[in-house]
Amino acid sequence: MTSGISKRINKIQFALLSPDEIRKMSQVKVITADTYDDDGYPIERGLMDLHMGVIEPGLKCATCGGKVDECHGHFGHVELAMPVVHVGFIKEIKTFLDATCKECSRIKLTEDQINSFKAKLSTVDFSSTDPEVIGSITKKVTDEASARAVCPHCGAQQKKVILDKPTTFREEGIKVTPKEIRERLERIPNDDLVFFGLNSSVARPEWMILTALPVPPINVRPSITLETGERSEDDLTHKLVDIIRISQRLRESRDNGSPQLIIEDLWDLLQFHVTTYFDNQTAGIPPARHRSGRALRTLVQRLKGKDGRFRSNLSGKRVNFSARTVISPEPFLSINEVGVPEKAARELTVPVSITIFNVENVRNLIKLGPEPRDEFGKYTAGVNYIIRPDGRRIKVTIQNAEENSKRIEPGWIVERQLMEGDIVLFNRQPSLHRMSMMAHNVRILSGQTFRFNLAVCTPYNADFDGDEMNLHIIQKEEARAEAKIIMRVQEQIMSPRFGGPIIGGIHDHITATFLLTHLNPRFTYEETVHMLSYVDVEKMPEPEIIDGKKYFRGRDIFSVTLPEGLYVKFKSKLCSSAKGQCEYEEDIRDTFVTIENGKLTTGTIDEASVGPFSGEIINKIFRRFGQEAAAKFIDRMTRLAVGFLSMRGFTTGISDYDIPENAVNRIREISESAIQRIEKLIEAYNSNLIQALPGRSLEETLEIEILSETGKVRDESGKIASAYLGLTNSSVIMARSGARAKMLNISEVAGMVGQQSVRGGRINRGYNQRTLSHFKPGDIGANARGFVKSSYKSGLNPLEYFLHSIGGREGLVDIAVRTSRSGYMQRRLINAFEDLKVDEDRRVEDTIGSVIQLKYGEDGIDPTRSERGELVDIDDLIFNLQEAETE
Amino acid sequence: MARFNVLKHEMVPEHSLVSKKEEETLLRSLEISKELLPRINRNDPAIKALEEISGPIPDGSIIRIVRKSPTAGSSVYYRVLEEGVFK
Repeated sequence: MTSGISKRINKIQFALLSPDEIRKMSQVKVITADTYDDDGYPIERGLMDLHMGVIEPGLKCATCGGKVDECHGHFGHVELAMPVVHVGFIKEIKTFLDATCKECSRIKLTEDQINSFKAKLSTVDFSSTDPEVIGSITKKVTDEASARAVCPHCGAQQKKVILDKPTTFREEGIKVTPKEIRERLERIPNDDLVFFGLNSSVARPEWMILTALPVPPINVRPSITLETGERSEDDLTHKLVDIIRISQRLRESRDNGSPQLIIEDLWDLLQFHVTTYFDNQTAGIPPARHRSGRALRTLVQRLKGKDGRFRSNLSGKRVNFSARTVISPEPFLSINEVGVPEKAARELTVPVSITIFNVENVRNLIKLGPEPRDEFGKYTAGVNYIIRPDGRRIKVTIQNAEENSKRIEPGWIVERQLMEGDIVLFNRQPSLHRMSMMAHNVRILSGQTFRFNLAVCTPYNADFDGDEMNLHIIQKEEARAEAKIIMRVQEQIMSPRFGGPIIGGIHDHITATFLLTHLNPRFTYEETVHMLSYVDVEKMPEPEIIDGKKYFRGRDIFSVTLPEGLYVKFKSKLCSSAKGQCEYEEDIRDTFVTIENGKLTTGTIDEASVGPFSGEIINKIFRRFGQEAAAKFIDRMTRLAVGFLSMRGFTTGISDYDIPENAVNRIREISESAIQRIEKLIEAYNSNLIQALPGRSLEETLEIEILSETGKVRDESGKIASAYLGLTNSSVIMARSGARAKMLNISEVAGMVGQQSVRGGRINRGYNQRTLSHFKPGDIGANARGFVKSSYKSGLNPLEYFLHSIGGREGLVDIAVRTSRSGYMQRRLINAFEDLKVDEDRRVEDTIGSVIQLKYGEDGIDPTRSERGELVDIDDLIFNLQEAETE
Repeated sequence: MARFNVLKHEMVPEHSLVSKKEEETLLRSLEISKELLPRINRNDPAIKALEEISGPIPDGSIIRIVRKSPTAGSSVYYRVLEEGVFK
């Protein structure tokens, strides 16, 4: 038994609508192009005939007798005076004309060919074979038939049919009218249709030439009554008016024997109107326009593209109970909270079912009216609407509040305004991962913006340069419970992407904890109190008493935020590259972070400890003490960091990049010598003295050598520059702690910008054999290929500036291309995986029950709960065991 | 030219045929019917290599694939041989 299959499409059949069928499904033959008479009543046999449905209340459908909501509309039809081509089938019509004889209308294949192709096609099951496969077979057949210049059946010489886009066919320059085309197509025998992939029982080629046109129900093209009482018709109705009018004129002209020229003009006009009725963006013809100059939105435009029926209406849904505004930071909120402006909170509501238990409370709430405040003038929640059991909504106003509070009883529902502590969903687009939408607790704040803790910027990928975010109010108890259990910010601290924290301190937080703990500085009692007043401390750290005055050490102050019982040891970011001994720090104790029983004993707290992605302390707290403790740590750590910086202050500026004259000279010297060495390399290359690297040509070898030379200079200049810039320098503090920027950026500003590149190589584009007309053709020296020896601070010369811009532009283009491409790639992946599920045995299945993986990820490991992709952190286990033994 | 046996390549996981006798117990232990297992194409190079060793393999045979994994050691996967998967 195949169980679990809910619905399965058995078969889809495509067919053509025949004129007979169009007439059969039509309820009315529309003959006048008018819509309503002077009284506003639909004209009979007009475009708004009552047989095609009703859109006005009070009237009844003439076909089914249904009222406005009951009748979904019926088709009508228009008889076209002369046949016209259907734009959607142009390609098919062309194939038919090409592959069949113009005289006898047989397919231009010999009997032998017909038999052999027929045999081949009879093995194909048209109902189950991939349409692409069928298409490729029929294409071969029709191509062969089209190539023949003489009909094998009647011997007639064939003329080449040329498609004059979009809808005119010409034979040796002479127009073939739709009528003639239709006659030719009519003559094609049913037996020949297989070769075109057509099922003769449901489709005839001549049906691709229209003689009758279906008129869609009025519900599809409703007219709108403007405030002025004026009627405004739908674009489709406008188009149909045009078609009927021209069709009528054409019929009259034809019947009273007008000149052929006039008839042809009208015929072309009818063709234009029918074509634009289907697709108003057909290439080769001007789009039909409204009187105002706006292009009409006809059938194809209704369906196609981002604003079309599929992407806009079927895949996209709009919701109520949501708000959107600009975001801004609020370091005093917990990571689990979101600040909601009062104005939004008054509009957003939560439904409360009234029971015997809460009826009194709700009564008191309603009494306060729709805009209550407490005795301090602070926001409190009111009630906006009362919903009776019959679904009627009553708006609460100051006037009716008292009265309404008495009316409610169990079974009614009340729509209460947002309250502090409510659980809401908060989201920033693009929603690329599950952390893009998390549940927060509401805090009602003054102002106009949504606010949240800076540590939550990372998962949302938000900054405050004008970003806006969306807020959704949960309307059901189940959803609320689910959001609280699985969507809250603290539940999302660990990322399923790499098995580490994605929420952590940023910028200032890292700078502050770094300054607080590096070299374990001393702080006075007053300073310490200032810092700790930002955190809810239970106890001050142990003071050191020097000369009778109390001092506190930075690491002890930081330890206040750590939970008791925490044991961790790891290498800090400050020295992540060094093995064992640190290249910068003399004292190993400054680089290895050791936390024993919640006390930071050695080490500097930086990005590797508290940052997102790498934050090891957050990681270990989450693992050992759970999400609650991890959230608490992040809250307190970020507050302490803000407290510290508000005490110490922190700033940066261009003077951070001042280096002594002799350093500047030395950097100039090494860059000059590098240019000379490159010159030498080129000389060696020119005189063929260079040795090619394995698998490389001489040119490539030279480029590689030069690139490594420029790389070396940049590193050297960086070293010289940073030798003068120590940890007293704000920029260096930020770079070394991992708060912002890299040492490379600093050396670019203070030392030298270095080689610019496009696609991994030196810049090699622009003029013939040179990048700019300032260089000699064939010059491949350092300057001519984008080596920038200036620093950002000293400024680039015009040539350097230009070449630097070339390199910079590549980065911008890359980002633009990459985001759209990876976005679409991710979209396809998500759509492919969207309804797979993991069952209790960790087996991955689709909705039918077919197995995708026998064990999720082949190992059954949830990456969220893994230690950065590994099962266990052995070093950490050993350290904890050792500590347990010494206890 | 001597043909290379793809199964010997270090990047190709170990493929083996599950015998008819074994099949029933296997399906019972996996608690699954054959149709719901993933499939493998007859033209898959690994199947061709297997057929060269053990002779023709009929449609509907189960192929056991053992992959090495840094986290799980090794993981076992089953596919059912079928004509015309992903043409």
